[in-house]
Amino acid sequence: MKKVYKVEVDCANCANKMEEAAGKVAGVEELTISFMTQKMTVRFAEGADVAAVMKKVADCCTKVDDDFSIQL
Amino acid sequence: MTAKQRKMLIRILITAALLIALQFVPESSALHGLPLFFLYLIPYGIIGYDILRKALKGIMNRQVFDENFLMAIATIGALAIGLLKTGDYVEAVAVMLFYQIGELFQSYAVGKSRRNISELMDIRPDYANIETDGALTRVDPDEVEIGTVIVVQPGEKIPIDGIVEEGASSLNTAALTGESVPRDVKPGDEVISGCINMSGLLRIRTTREFGESTVSRILDLVENASSRKSRSENFISRFARYYTPAVVFSALALAILPPAVRGLFLGLSPEWGDWIYRALTFLVISCPCALVISIPLSFFAGIGGASKSGILIKGSNYLEELSRTGIVVFDKTGTLTEGRFEVSAIHHSPMTEEALLEYAALAESASSHPIAMSIRKACGTEPDLTRVSDIQEISGNGVIVRIDGKETAVGNARLMEHLGIRWKPCHHTGTIVHVAIDGEYAGHIVISDVEKATSAEAIRALKASGIRKTVMLTGDGKAVAEDVSGRLGIDEVWSELLPGDKVAKVEELLSGKKGREVLAFVGDGINDAPVLSRADLGIAMGAMGSDAAIEAADIVLMDDNPLKISKAIRISRKCMRIVYENIAFALIVKALCLILGAVGIANMWLAIFADVGVMILAVLNAMRALFVHRL
Repeated sequence: MKKVYKVEVDCANCANKMEEAAGKVAGVEELTISFMTQKMTVRFAEGADVAAVMKKVADCCTKVDDDFSIQL
Repeated sequence: MTAKQRKMLIRILITAALLIALQFVPESSALHGLPLFFLYLIPYGIIGYDILRKALKGIMNRQVFDENFLMAIATIGALAIGLLKTGDYVEAVAVMLFYQIGELFQSYAVGKSRRNISELMDIRPDYANIETDGALTRVDPDEVEIGTVIVVQPGEKIPIDGIVEEGASSLNTAALTGESVPRDVKPGDEVISGCINMSGLLRIRTTREFGESTVSRILDLVENASSRKSRSENFISRFARYYTPAVVFSALALAILPPAVRGLFLGLSPEWGDWIYRALTFLVISCPCALVISIPLSFFAGIGGASKSGILIKGSNYLEELSRTGIVVFDKTGTLTEGRFEVSAIHHSPMTEEALLEYAALAESASSHPIAMSIRKACGTEPDLTRVSDIQEISGNGVIVRIDGKETAVGNARLMEHLGIRWKPCHHTGTIVHVAIDGEYAGHIVISDVEKATSAEAIRALKASGIRKTVMLTGDGKAVAEDVSGRLGIDEVWSELLPGDKVAKVEELLSGKKGREVLAFVGDGINDAPVLSRADLGIAMGAMGSDAAIEAADIVLMDDNPLKISKAIRISRKCMRIVYENIAFALIVKALCLILGAVGIANMWLAIFADVGVMILAVLNAMRALFVHRL
C-alpha cells in the first residue's frame, strides 16, 4: 500500500537525512521525501499498522529537524 | 513571505543594526574587554538562538553532523578566540548573520520557484457548472457523476472529460499540449479536461469521474514524478552523507596536528589560536546546501518546463536517461503515420480525377470498410444514391454496380482479371483500387496511410541532435515499410512483425547498444504496451485518452507530434547540463575555499560568502531548466 503525505521540511539536506532515517522504520518498505513538492511517499509493508508506523516515522523526522511537520 | 520568513527577516535587521551600533563603541571606553563581549552576545543570541537550540537537540539525538551543530561550533569557537586573544567578536556574529541570511534566501527562493513551477502546471479546474432549473450552480468537480451534463462557458476550463452534447466552440489545448493551435469541436466530439473553452457555450455529457479525467491523471503523474529520483540526486545525497563528516574530521585534524607537530617536533610556537581558527573556517564551508538544494530543483524545473510543452516525464531518472538516448525505435502506424487511410494518388484515368473518385465513391456507398470510407471522404460530396443500382459485392475483391446505367467495377486486380479487363500496375505503395466502367479500364486510386506532416523533420531533428540510429518496426508489408522509411530517412526497418516479434526485435536492438547509451521506443500506446515497458525508455504519444499508454510509458507526449521527441531530448540535455554545472561549480568553489582556508588565506568571512554565494548562484542556475520554450 502506498500513501502520500504533505510535509513541511525546511532544508534539502534534512529531507535526505529524514528519508534515510525514516526509511529504516519497521513496516516501511520504501520512503521518499520530495523537498520540491514537500511530499512524503510511503510504501508500507504487507499488513503494517499505518497509524503506528507513521507515528514512528514522524518521530524519526522530528529528531533530524525540529521544524518538521506532517499532515497525517 | 511566510510568517516564519518574516520573523527571520526582523531578527536579521535587528542584529545588523546592533552590530553596526557596536562599532561606535570607542576604543578607550571602559566597556572594552569583558563588558564588550557580553554586549556582543546580545545580537549573537538574537540571530543564533534557534541554531544553538537545534545544535543542542542534535547532540542529544546523536545527529551531530548537521549544519546547526557546525555553525554553533564555528561561531562559539570564534567568540572564544576573540575573548582569549584577538578581542574581535564581530566575526562570530557576522558569520551567524550571513548564515541566516543565506538560509532565508534559500527558503524564499526555493519556496518561490516551487510555487512558480506548480503554478505553471496548475491545470486543475476548481469547479464544474451544472444547470438546474435554468440557473447555473457551481459544484466541486469531484461530486459530478458520470453522465451528468455540465456547462462550460467561454473562458472556462473544461473540468471533466466528456462528449459535447450541444454547442460548438474552439478549444485552447495549450495547457495540455503546449500547442497554441485551437481545436474546433462540435456536438458528438470527445473533449478532454484541462482545455480552455474559447468561444461558444458548450454542454458536455461527462464520460469519466473527475479523478479519472485527463487533467487529474496528468497532475498525479507530474506530482509523483519527484518521488522517482535520478542517479545524480542519489549521488548527491550519498555524497552529502560523507562530505560533512569528512570535512569535520579534517577540521579536527587541522586544529590539532599542525600545532602539535610545530610545538613538539619543530620547536616553533604551536600557534593554537591560528590553527583552530582555520579549522573553524573549515566547519563553515562544510555545509553541502548548495548541492543538495540545486540538484532536485534543477530536475523539478526541467520536468516542469517539459510538462509545459506537453511532454510528461514520470521521474527525474527518466529525464536523466533521456539525455543519453542513442537509439530511437519507432512504431510505424499511429506514430510516424496518421494511422488512417487517405487517397494519395489517382492514375491513368481518362476522365477527370474528381469524376473517377465520384464513380468509386458511388460504387462503394454501401460499404463500411475503411478503404471505402477513405474514398468517400476524398470525394467530399454526399453520394446521390438514386444513381446507383444493382449492387453486387464480390467478396474480398470489390464491387460491381450500375451507375447511371453504366456497369462499374471497383476493386482489386483480381476483380479486373475476373472481368477480363486489362489493368495497369502501379508503382506506388499502398492499397490500389482499380476502376472499370462499361468494361473499359478507367484508372486506379492509390490509398495509403499518410505520414504525419512532421515525421521527416522529426527524424532529421533527431539526427541533428546526435541520435546514432533510428529504427522503424511495423506489422505492414515490406514494400510499404521500406517506402515510408526511405522517405523519412530512417536507418533501419523491420516489417511484417507481429506484436510479439516487436518485443524480440527490441531485445535484439538492446543487446547491440554501445556503452551507456539508452534505447527509446516510441509508440502510440495501442497494443505496444509490452514493447514500451521492455525498452530502456518507453515514450507514448498522443496519450490524451489512452490509459494503457500512460501506465506503461516512462514519458508521455500529450499530442501525437513526433517532433516533440527531439524537443524532449533537448530539454533533458539542457537540464542535465545544468545539473552537472551546479555539481562542478559547487564542488570546485568548496574545494578552493577549503584549500585557501587550510593555508590561512581565506578567513571565515570569505567562507560564509562562498557558501551563501554558491548556493544562490546554483539556485538561480537551476531555475534556467524551466525555460524550454525555445529549445
